[in-house]
Amino acid sequence: MIDIKDLHVSIAGTEILKGINLSVKAGEVHAIMGPNGSGKSTLAQVIAGHPSYEVTSGSITYLGTDLLELAPEERAREGVFLAFQYPVEIHGISNAYFLRAAVNSIRKHKGLEEYDTLDFLDVLDEKLKVIGWDDSLMNRPVNQGFSGGEKKRNEILQMAVLEPTLSVLDETDSGLDIDALKTVAEAVNKLRTDDNATIVVTHYQRLLNYIEPDFVHVLVNGLIVKSGGKELALELEERGYDWVRAEAPAAA
Amino acid sequence: MTHTAEQQFLDQYREFDANGAVASPDWVCALRSNAIRRFEENGFPTMRDEAWRFTSLKPITEKEYTLAIGDSSTSEAVETKFLDPTGFRVAIVNGMFAEEHCHLGGLPEGVTVISLASAAQSNADVVSAYLGKQAQVEKSCFSALSTAFLRDGVFVHLARGVELSKPLEILFAGVGKGVVEHPRVLIVAEDNSRLQIVENYVGTDGVCYLRNCVTEVVVGDGASVEMCRLQRESKAAYHTATTHIRQGRASKFNVTMVVLGSALSRHDLTCVLDGEGAESSIRGLSILDGKQHVDHHTLIDHAKPNCQSKEYLNGVLDDESRSVFTGRIVVREGAQKTDSKQSNNNVLLSKSARADSQPQLEIYADDVRCTHGVTLGPLNEDAVLYLRTRGILEADARRMLTYGFGVEIIEGIGIDDVREKLGVMIRQRLLVEE
Repeated sequence: MIDIKDLHVSIAGTEILKGINLSVKAGEVHAIMGPNGSGKSTLAQVIAGHPSYEVTSGSITYLGTDLLELAPEERAREGVFLAFQYPVEIHGISNAYFLRAAVNSIRKHKGLEEYDTLDFLDVLDEKLKVIGWDDSLMNRPVNQGFSGGEKKRNEILQMAVLEPTLSVLDETDSGLDIDALKTVAEAVNKLRTDDNATIVVTHYQRLLNYIEPDFVHVLVNGLIVKSGGKELALELEERGYDWVRAEAPAAA
Repeated sequence: MTHTAEQQFLDQYREFDANGAVASPDWVCALRSNAIRRFEENGFPTMRDEAWRFTSLKPITEKEYTLAIGDSSTSEAVETKFLDPTGFRVAIVNGMFAEEHCHLGGLPEGVTVISLASAAQSNADVVSAYLGKQAQVEKSCFSALSTAFLRDGVFVHLARGVELSKPLEILFAGVGKGVVEHPRVLIVAEDNSRLQIVENYVGTDGVCYLRNCVTEVVVGDGASVEMCRLQRESKAAYHTATTHIRQGRASKFNVTMVVLGSALSRHDLTCVLDGEGAESSIRGLSILDGKQHVDHHTLIDHAKPNCQSKEYLNGVLDDESRSVFTGRIVVREGAQKTDSKQSNNNVLLSKSARADSQPQLEIYADDVRCTHGVTLGPLNEDAVLYLRTRGILEADARRMLTYGFGVEIIEGIGIDDVREKLGVMIRQRLLVEE
């Protein structure tokens, strides 16, 4: 589904990613783990199309097209979704209005009929049922005054409604207590199909107890220094990141 | 005799004063003659005056006007311009209280809504006690002109403990081409009364006129007044306004001001928190384009302890439009535990738009909390990106954010019909695709 090849990325002249290679297939869940400052969030932002990051070399191919050629909204319309680590507050716009605008924008792009308000409420109800949540966030302004947990839940709610092909969850576990973490993880699991894929970016292993990855990659200093199965996450939890750094002197 | 900007108003006054048709009580005549003397002495300010640094009155003063003639008939479709067709409604047309457009059936006992001219006779004790006491003619040339040409307007009185069941709307309509009018409003909400009031200023597109309005509001102890003020004058017109509020103990005053119209507008708003535990909230939104120029000058005067004030003014500025905000907060000696917040945020949609913002704090007490903030610039790019990553086109994302920035100001309005209508107007200005 997505092939990242020798990806080098800089921000303001400083190289953050130094040659990432990653391939994700439909139906898979990949976890990207790593210490603070390793470049995990940069990778997530680059996939979503953040304009501040400069791709200096390498490529990202998504469903056969050059993802780097697409504007952020075009990527979203092609099925790429980023759950933000720090969701932005949008004053004065209700969550329901915002979500309908997003869904309709994507539907329009696909040549589908846009939803009117009532149709959309039905769609929303259906999605909320799937993930087992109520509609208490819908009539509030987007993320404004939301608690940390509500903001993260709202990201997953958007994911449920937008039905992306590739979801990137950027530290969705940060700032969540264990109950909120479970709620969010359960929703993500319910949205998994054989046709979509998820990249979970996280510092800690605990989220991976609930969202089981097929592959775990360790990112240190802008390079993936180790890849393995889900047991690698447990090993990292136990031993920290230092031993991986030691095993991969080139990246340290 | 050399022609000065002031001269035409002095000439107008001479004629107005000589006109026997303006029969008024002696005390009103005394107010007028005092006011014109003050105007003659002080004249119009220039940009050398601190309070007028960013606004030139030249466009206003170099035009010639005829004084509104005191006839409330008009060809304008007045009735269609009310914002809330279910509430109590009165209209000021051509500067005069228009009986034919009044809808005051079922007004509760203890509530008086009448023409100011007749109130000066029938309710002389209350009117003379308050009229011109706050909007002082020494302090502002426009207050002075308003009082000098004092003729009619609206008098609203709520007796102690009375609650007005529905909002009261005052529509200001029907100013003709080249006319100057001075509509005057006096609102006295006695102790523990409650009132929702709407001031709705409308004009005919393309017509140039000058509307100089003064509204004085007295909020008694424990009383609550919610006000909405919508200014959608003709974009060729001038709007000068003075609003004075004096609040008693534990009273609440809450105003939402929306500016969509006028070529040049200046609004001086003073709110005196003159009783312990008073709370005031002032919200404003200006949506400007073309060469519109809007100047808000506010003074929040914390005269007594334990009072709270919040002031949020937002501007959306396109083309070559310009917004000026001077927000003075004074905390008097002894006004301890004052809690005051102020912010002025402007979104500039064009490189030629400009906003000047001057917060001014004067604090003479030591146990207070005062915060103020100013933002100025284009939209938050993180928010633009966030919307784009959800598939929303960049242009749509910008429109949506601008709309949200504006509409946020009106969300607290407690009068449903007015909030919804304003929402539609703001949506049409900011959200609808061109």
